[in-house]
Amino acid sequence: MTILSNFQVIADNIIYFFVGRWPEGPLGGVGLTLYLASASCILSIFGGLILGLLSVSKKKWISWPSMLVINTIRGVPLLMVIFWMYFLLPAIFGKVITETRTVILGLTFFTSAYMSQIVRAGIEGIPKGQMEAAISTGLTHWQAMIYIILPQGLRNMIPSFVNQFVSLIKDTSLAFIVGVSELTHVATQINNRTMAFPTEIFFFIAVVYFIICYAFTSLSRNLEKRLEWRKAI
Amino acid sequence: MLSYKFDWSVITSGQYHEWLISGLKVTIQLSISGILLSFLLGLIVAVMRMSHLKLFRWSACVFLEFTRNTPLLVQIFFWYFGSYKLLPTAVNEWLNNTGFEFAAALIALTIYTSAFIAEDIRSGVLSIPKEQMEAAQSSGFSYIRSMQYIILPQAVRITIPPLVNQFLNLAKNSSLAMTIGVMELTYQARQVESYTFKGFEAFTAATVVYLAISVIITFLVDQYNERVLQIHKGA
Repeated sequence: MTILSNFQVIADNIIYFFVGRWPEGPLGGVGLTLYLASASCILSIFGGLILGLLSVSKKKWISWPSMLVINTIRGVPLLMVIFWMYFLLPAIFGKVITETRTVILGLTFFTSAYMSQIVRAGIEGIPKGQMEAAISTGLTHWQAMIYIILPQGLRNMIPSFVNQFVSLIKDTSLAFIVGVSELTHVATQINNRTMAFPTEIFFFIAVVYFIICYAFTSLSRNLEKRLEWRKAI
Repeated sequence: MLSYKFDWSVITSGQYHEWLISGLKVTIQLSISGILLSFLLGLIVAVMRMSHLKLFRWSACVFLEFTRNTPLLVQIFFWYFGSYKLLPTAVNEWLNNTGFEFAAALIALTIYTSAFIAEDIRSGVLSIPKEQMEAAQSSGFSYIRSMQYIILPQAVRITIPPLVNQFLNLAKNSSLAMTIGVMELTYQARQVESYTFKGFEAFTAATVVYLAISVIITFLVDQYNERVLQIHKGA
């Protein structure tokens, strides 16, 4: 029963776990985790669309460099990308960038490369005849892409986007390293303060992450099933 | 930025060069021992996941969902900070004497990667026609033996490319071990940065090494796909 009574440390800090010092201070904990993940997800959908469209371009001088960028990002650990952002952003913008923004930009940059592969697969999954038909009705290649191919492709990409969002939620834990007080950082703080309950604290936040991620994983599975049903008609 | 003076000699020779090399060694050690262990664990989990016994199937499912839906960093912290309460005292003492950072990182990476490998193996096995299992069992093999001699050897052949990709992911994920003080490549790059203020050089070196690992291994997978599985790019 000692194990159970140790979970008192969770109950004592429950508000701190979920929102940090908000509303008096800045948002932290689960709230900040979700904010980081959502902001980077929205940004990297756009980043992924741009990179993905560039990488399927028929012109070699467009597709080749964009594939190089995509594969370079995919070959490097996320931690490395965050460190690079930490160094380069102040140098590029000539002023201090807050840690939260650094992390959002790092996550966006990193995830855009992965999103672009989803976009690429989505575009390539649309039958060739669609593009030919669109061009033969007088649309240009880009018009056909934007009005005919992408709207159909995007529907098939949604489950993969949701999966990528789950990865993002997990990846936000790396924000801990540059000192952004999201859930993992809050947990290490509470662990450092209380000293005696690391097992309980880290198990608890693992469960919190699990509940959030599992909800979205299930959502993506449902969406996939629904899309298959649609295709069958 | 323009006023920054590049000094590549910091990382091409001397003490800091040695730090980076020793970091690379630890990264490689962690990745190779990690992939071997997680292949074994992944194989066990995959077989359990496909077992006819509900208890096995169910526990494999719980394991898979839980490990795949929690961040690796949290799992590393759990094993590093929290595992002493779960393990027997003798194991704890042994771990403390052998450098617990490395062991904790290895355990976390193994468990995390094995979940992904198990799913890769499972989809490899599912791609083997059902008749193979039926034929094996009708010629007198038990379920386990037909798995062992007939299904798995074929499945593993198909699973090798995704497995190699998991190795790449593992090598990249091993950078998280720096958070608990394992002196691998990223840790050493950061160390060099804080000693010399030559962050650009140190991080460029580490980035190039990670990229080189990716490029080499991706090339090998392409070769394997073409020569062994006869899958041709663009075909």
